Parts: sequence; structure tokens; C-alpha cells
Amino acid sequence: MYKELRSHIIKLFGSDTRLDGRRFTDFREIKLETGVTNSAEGSARVSIGNTDIIVGIKAEVKEPFPDTQDEGGIMVGAELLPLSSPDFELGPPGLEAIEIARVVDRGIRESKSLDFKKLCIKEGEKVWMIIIDICTINHGGNLIDASALAAVAALKDMRFPKYEDDKIDYKEKTNKKLELKDFPITVTAIKIGDKIILDPDLDEEKVIDARLTVASLSDGTLCALQKGGDHPLSLEDIDKMTQLAVEKAKELRKLIK
Amino acid sequence: MVYKERLNGRKFDETRKIEAKVGIIPRADGSAMFSIGNTVAYAAVYGPRNLHPKFLQDPSKGILRCNYNMMPFSSFGERVRPGGSRRSKEISLVTEKALLPVLDLNEYPNSVVDVFIEFPQTEAGSRCAGISAAAMALADAGLVMKDLIAAVSVGKVDDKLVVDLDYSEESYEDGPVADIPVAMMPNHDKITLLQMDGLISRDELKKVIEMAKKVCKEIYTIQNKALKEKYTNGAKTLGEKHV
Repeated sequence: MYKELRSHIIKLFGSDTRLDGRRFTDFREIKLETGVTNSAEGSARVSIGNTDIIVGIKAEVKEPFPDTQDEGGIMVGAELLPLSSPDFELGPPGLEAIEIARVVDRGIRESKSLDFKKLCIKEGEKVWMIIIDICTINHGGNLIDASALAAVAALKDMRFPKYEDDKIDYKEKTNKKLELKDFPITVTAIKIGDKIILDPDLDEEKVIDARLTVASLSDGTLCALQKGGDHPLSLEDIDKMTQLAVEKAKELRKLIK
Repeated sequence: MVYKERLNGRKFDETRKIEAKVGIIPRADGSAMFSIGNTVAYAAVYGPRNLHPKFLQDPSKGILRCNYNMMPFSSFGERVRPGGSRRSKEISLVTEKALLPVLDLNEYPNSVVDVFIEFPQTEAGSRCAGISAAAMALADAGLVMKDLIAAVSVGKVDDKLVVDLDYSEESYEDGPVADIPVAMMPNHDKITLLQMDGLISRDELKKVIEMAKKVCKEIYTIQNKALKEKYTNGAKTLGEKHV
């Protein structure tokens, strides 16, 4: 499939360019806005080129998990809404949605930016559960990076609702924010032929050989990885991909306030 | 008890602030945003396109399929669990019936026109906002329509007839409340959606539908303007102001 498209893309690579004229490591224009829905405890909207994503956060009070009696937690869900692309269908989350949600979850969880112990209200009984929901508005490629960026921005935007007498009053938000020590920035490097590129558009996504999603911290330490695509990667590829991802992450980090 | 002044300070025949925008989702064949107060609806139209599974196909005409869905974080209360509920399925059904009368799908045998309605934020009146958004999205998709559809909820709070109930009025406890979502073909004075929860006399029903008619004409003007804006500004672009 997409034989002609692939050979055209690779031919363009030969003259150091891409379908829309970008350089290999250029992102499309990124717009980030927080506080985009008042019903959520925190929210953000990110667009990268045509790709448009909303992330909203709801906070709930739950019983802790049996093995972590003094810790709250996070939960990430992704909805690839059929409103956002002719290729998405109604129904329970498919593989693509599950992968996006899990990769975003892992980036946040393993960055250790959030101290889950601080989400404990009463050990063994009540803890905060922070639920992060990703919804696509328009699918124009690179959903993972856009989702991860919006998720972090929404976490930064979040304010706890009032909690009194074992009840949440969602109508009243407090000033209490989530304490984040650091935060991960997620960048996906794509391999097509022998070139590595960032921020693929829809056409480029159709012809990828392999991808490596890299979440990194402010000091450049890697905190989560996910390889995708049908082709293998060499150690050399991985070195180059993580280098490009970490470099780009430093740039994207500046968008988060 | 007498409901002297509305809890939200509006006049009895005054709606919340309404905004509309067409062409917000580039990948859709047609799309629109409609907001009324804190309720925000996005609608996207795909099609006419092939309908699968095949047994659903109608060889004499195309079919319309609507889906109403609240985003998980769209409620001012608890998180909404993703996936359809009985409530959202029923609203999808009445939305379909509200829109169908203005469409002519005879030219599209075996095909489907899909309408997806999503809410990033809701506070009362969501089915009506969804229908108003969907009508604009259908027009944006270039489908032949004999009218638009405009929708608003009206009703009775205590002893007063009101338009566009918000949450405080829907949950008013000092007297009876009737909530009546209405959708209309503004140029034909025909009603395509009518539901009611609550108690009302036949006389009051007639009066309150007259009030809905007036508001639907105002909504129609806003829808019309939003459609014209897109086609005078040219290209499909993402909204500068989000939500």
C-alpha cells in the first residue's frame, strides 16, 4: 500500500525536504491553550498543524488500591472520536487509542513528577484519583505528541475541587494545585527509509517503517519509551532518535507555563 | 410560591449568550460549533458515504445516523463514563428525527450521512445545542436542505413560562418545573422535536411553543450568519478562539 506516496516522500528526503516543505526535525505550528472547559478541574487544548486535541481532567475520591493503601493515582483514557476523522469509528477504544493512553500514562507516571502519596486523604480509605481524558477534535497526524503535551498542560492547569464531609463539591474549585516536581515532554521520532523525522503528518504516518516515542525530563533523562512500527531499529537509530527527541523536548518544554 | 425573577437574572424570554461557528473540523465534510451559555456543542458530518454493515443499507435512499456524546470531562458534576448510555442513545434517536425532515437523501441509495455531536462542556440544553450545531454542519457539508433546524429548550418554572432553562432552573425545588426541548424548521413553522418532562396545561404548552418559535428564529439568524461567515472568509481554518 501507498507505494507511490512512499517513493515520493523518500525522493523528497533526498533533496532534504518533506511533503509540506518542512525540515526533518521541524514541527508544524503548535498552539497551546489552558482552561478551555470550565466543567473540568483542569484542561488544555493543543493543536499541531491540523491536529487538534482537548484534554480534560476530573478528580474523584476513591478507595485506594489494595497494594498501595497510602497512595492516590492517575488514570488516562483516550477517545479517538469519530467526529475527528473519517477513519475513526464508534465503539470501545481500539488498539490505537489504548496505546496512546498508555504511552501518555507511562510518561507521567514514570517521570515521578507526581507524588502519589500526596494524593492520599485518609490511608486505607480515601484517596484522590486524577482522571485524564484525551479527546481528538481533528486528526492530522502525530496524536501521541499532541496528547502528551495537552495532558501535561492540563495537569498544570488543574485545581482541586472543594472536599468536605466526605463529599466533593464540584461547583467550587479551590486554589490547590497538583504539586509537580518536573514534567515529561514526549516526542516521537519516525523512521522512513534511512531518514529520521519528527512530527509526521497524515501522509507520512501512512508509510512509516518504525517509530520511537521518547518521554524525557527537564535534565534530558529518559522516563518512558515506546517503539512502534513493523520494522526493526538499529542501536544507531535509537541513539539518533532519542537525541533528536530530547533536543526537541527542550524546545517544547518552553510552551508549558 | 411565585417565581418573580429568574435565578440567573435573565428576562423570562431571554436566552443565555449564543455563539456559532462553521468549519471547525477540517477533516469532516461539514462541521460547526454552537454554544449557549456554558453548553458547548461540536458537530461533524461525514458523508454521504458507504454504509457498512451492508444489511443496514436502503437501496431506495440514503440514511441519516446521529450520535450524541458527552466528553468525559464535560459535566460540572462527576466524570461521565465514556461509551454510550441509554440516555445518549435516546437523544441520538430524537436528534436524527429532528434533522431528517429538512434533508433529501433520495439521491444517495445505500449510503449513510453520519453526524457526530460532541460536548466539551455542558450545562442544560445540550440536545438542543447539538441539534442547532448539527444543522449548520449538514449545511456546511453541502447537503440539499429545504430549511435549517434551530432548537431551544423552553418550559415552566413554578408559575412562569421561560426560555432556555439552565441548571439552576432545571433543578428548581420550590415549585414545579417543566422542561420542553423544541426543534423547529424556522422558515416553515414546523416542529421536528418535542419532548417534555414535567407538568403543564395545554394552554400553557401552546404559549410556550410560541415563545420557542421566536427564539428559534433568533437562533436561525445566528446560524445563517455563521454559515455566511465561513463562505465569505474562504478557506476552512481552525477557530482562533477555542471552545
